[in-house]
Amino acid sequence: MLHITTLHYLVLGAALFLLGVIGVLTRRNVVIVLMSIELILNAVNLNLVAFSRYWQGIHGPTALHGQVFAIFVITDAAAEAAVGLGILIAFFRNKETVNVDEVNLLKW
Amino acid sequence: MFLSHIYLIPLFPALGAALMFFFGRKLRKPTVSAVCVGSVVLAFLMSCGAVLEYTTWAAEHHDQPYEKILYTWLGTDTGHLNYLKSDGTEAPVQADAGFLLDPLSSIWLLFVTGVGMLIHIYSTGYMAHEGGYYRFFGYLNLFMFSMLTLILANNYVLMFVGWEGVGLCSYLLIGFYFHRKSASDAANKAFIVNRIGDAGFLLGMFFIAWHMGSLRFIDVTHAARSGQFAIGDPLITAATLLLFVGACGKSAQLPLYVWLPDAMEGPTPVSALIHAATMVTAGVYMVARSNALFVLAPKSMLVVAIVGALTAVFAASIGLVQNDIKRVLAYSTVSQLGYMFLALGVGAFSAAVFHVFTHAFFKALLFLGAGSVIHAMSGEQDMRNMGDLHKRIPTTHATMFIATLAIAGIFPFAGFFSKDAILWETWSREGGAYRILWCVGYATALMTAFYMFRLMYLTFHGRPRMSHDVEHHIHESPMAMTLPLVVLAVMSLFAGFLGWPHSLGGSDHFTKFLEPVFAGEAQTLSEEGRAAQLAAGEKEEEKNTSAEWLLMGLSLAAAGIGWGMAWRSYRHADKGYAEPIANLSAPVYTTLLNKYYVDEGYDYVFTGRRPVGDVRLGVLGAGEASSWIDTHIIDGAVNAAGSITRGTATFSSWWDKWIIDGIGVNGPAILARMLSYPARLFEWGLVQWYALVMTAGLVGFAFYYVYH
Repeated sequence: MLHITTLHYLVLGAALFLLGVIGVLTRRNVVIVLMSIELILNAVNLNLVAFSRYWQGIHGPTALHGQVFAIFVITDAAAEAAVGLGILIAFFRNKETVNVDEVNLLKW
Repeated sequence: MFLSHIYLIPLFPALGAALMFFFGRKLRKPTVSAVCVGSVVLAFLMSCGAVLEYTTWAAEHHDQPYEKILYTWLGTDTGHLNYLKSDGTEAPVQADAGFLLDPLSSIWLLFVTGVGMLIHIYSTGYMAHEGGYYRFFGYLNLFMFSMLTLILANNYVLMFVGWEGVGLCSYLLIGFYFHRKSASDAANKAFIVNRIGDAGFLLGMFFIAWHMGSLRFIDVTHAARSGQFAIGDPLITAATLLLFVGACGKSAQLPLYVWLPDAMEGPTPVSALIHAATMVTAGVYMVARSNALFVLAPKSMLVVAIVGALTAVFAASIGLVQNDIKRVLAYSTVSQLGYMFLALGVGAFSAAVFHVFTHAFFKALLFLGAGSVIHAMSGEQDMRNMGDLHKRIPTTHATMFIATLAIAGIFPFAGFFSKDAILWETWSREGGAYRILWCVGYATALMTAFYMFRLMYLTFHGRPRMSHDVEHHIHESPMAMTLPLVVLAVMSLFAGFLGWPHSLGGSDHFTKFLEPVFAGEAQTLSEEGRAAQLAAGEKEEEKNTSAEWLLMGLSLAAAGIGWGMAWRSYRHADKGYAEPIANLSAPVYTTLLNKYYVDEGYDYVFTGRRPVGDVRLGVLGAGEASSWIDTHIIDGAVNAAGSITRGTATFSSWWDKWIIDGIGVNGPAILARMLSYPARLFEWGLVQWYALVMTAGLVGFAFYYVYH
């Protein structure tokens, strides 16, 4: 039977991360960009949880730091999504667009 | 009771004046008359009471002057305020609000309030139809207050207050018709010329304070008679000369007499009160008051006598040909004041005071009479346009005739006694040293008779020369005006009897009354000395009586000759009548008519109103010179300083704008801006590009760490 190792998790995490990065860099819609950022964050969460599981194998079931860390990241992601969407709505009200190409105000 | 409340005498007119100034505008004419005349009547009654009380008081107090000090006005009671005297000791600065009554001030008090009262009554008639009625009476009352302060002051400082006060009132009243330029000019002239005299008075006062250590009359007189100052003391000579400068200003003596004839621009009652009877005698009063000092300064006395005699003859000669009725009287006043100073100068103080006394009545009468004539003539003052008035205004004529007899010195009118006393004293004093001055005085007496009778004949006799309109309106003045004339005429007749001389079997009460004031020298003599002098005097007197009679005869002859000449020349004066002096010598006549061109001369030399060539001298010249210095030198320096400041400011502004701001401040900013252009290129604003660069960087780092 196929045994799922830490490496599997990491590969999955790296794949998710890559998808996220590609999404952030290539998509024009800010909503999609925000969703891609969620992908990146969750790739990181996957890594954390994977290492936590690996760590429990060595130090016993109480080594839960990685999982706690993941919960922090989720919380943070929720806050970041709220702020990001807020900015997006404010921006849409002014510019009537959610296209990231046209969000080029922050320049000289 | 009157003596202890002597301060009430000046207070009444002061209250009257205050009332006029604050409420006069709202009061009706009868109220104004009642208040202002009433205040002077009260002052007169108080004065009579005070003088009567004083005579009994003095009999009990060795003829001392009565002094009443209300409070210390200047300085401190404790004497903390000291100054250094000429001898190196200290004396306190002090002047009291104090009153002094002695025979001298008594006489002035009586005739000032008496004549003043009559003139106030007269003014109610004369000014009845004039505007500014309350203003006129307010000024008159203020004048009475100032004059009474001057007379009753117990020290020079308070006297000076009154002195300035009468000067101010004189100014205000000469300029009463201020809408007329000639009147306001005359007022200014009087005020300014008097300032010159006042400066002398002030300086004289300082000398007295410096040398004698006090300005109280009693102290000064006491110190002067104590024998601690030598006769001819230079400081006392200086002080008395300076005081005399003050007297020259106020009493219109050469060379400061020029304001008095012009002062005739004022209403006629003012001329009578201020410029004939009272104020102009203030100089005589001041010199008489300082007699103890003048006695110590023979040189000053000589100056006084000479100036007096010259003024007398000078003014009388001008009076010979003047055509304005008031101007003749003005020059007559100057001339008579000259007589008074002649008497003061030869040391005949009581004769001078006697002449002041009699002159006050007949000269006030002459002026008031002239006012009545002018009133009747609808404002005409030129005698060439008068004539034949004696039947139409008989009261004025009769009273003025009495005054003319008095001033001409006809026996037994008042002027005879006083003028004769002066001439006799001038003749006999100092063993006849002043006989040249007597000749001058004698000539003046002749001229006086001539110009006064000329005035009478031209005004009241001859052919009528006025226009028909004026002739139609001629009328005798109202009761309020004629009554004072009659009273003054009575006084002009009888006032002289007070000084009926010994040589005519009289007892000369006047001189005896004044003895405590002027007999200072006698007090320093010992008993034996006095007896010897008396014995010598008696022997002398017998010899003198005949000489005195001779002189009286000569005076009467002079008066008679003057009268006769006037009678011959002007009795039948018709239009275009001939002036005898013009027939005699035309240049002399023109010179006299133009008053010796003194005003013109003063305009050349002192005022500078007439330029000499292209240059102005005098005050206006000094003004022009200082104006030139101001515009060219002072203003030039100011403008130069301004230009320099402006130049440096322009440069400084340029420096600030271009160097400090340009190079120092904007320079670095421009540099920073230039450097920013390449840096800006990194910032083009596309978030995903930034992210891509970051990612590329990360990947780069990753590769580097992995494969290094």
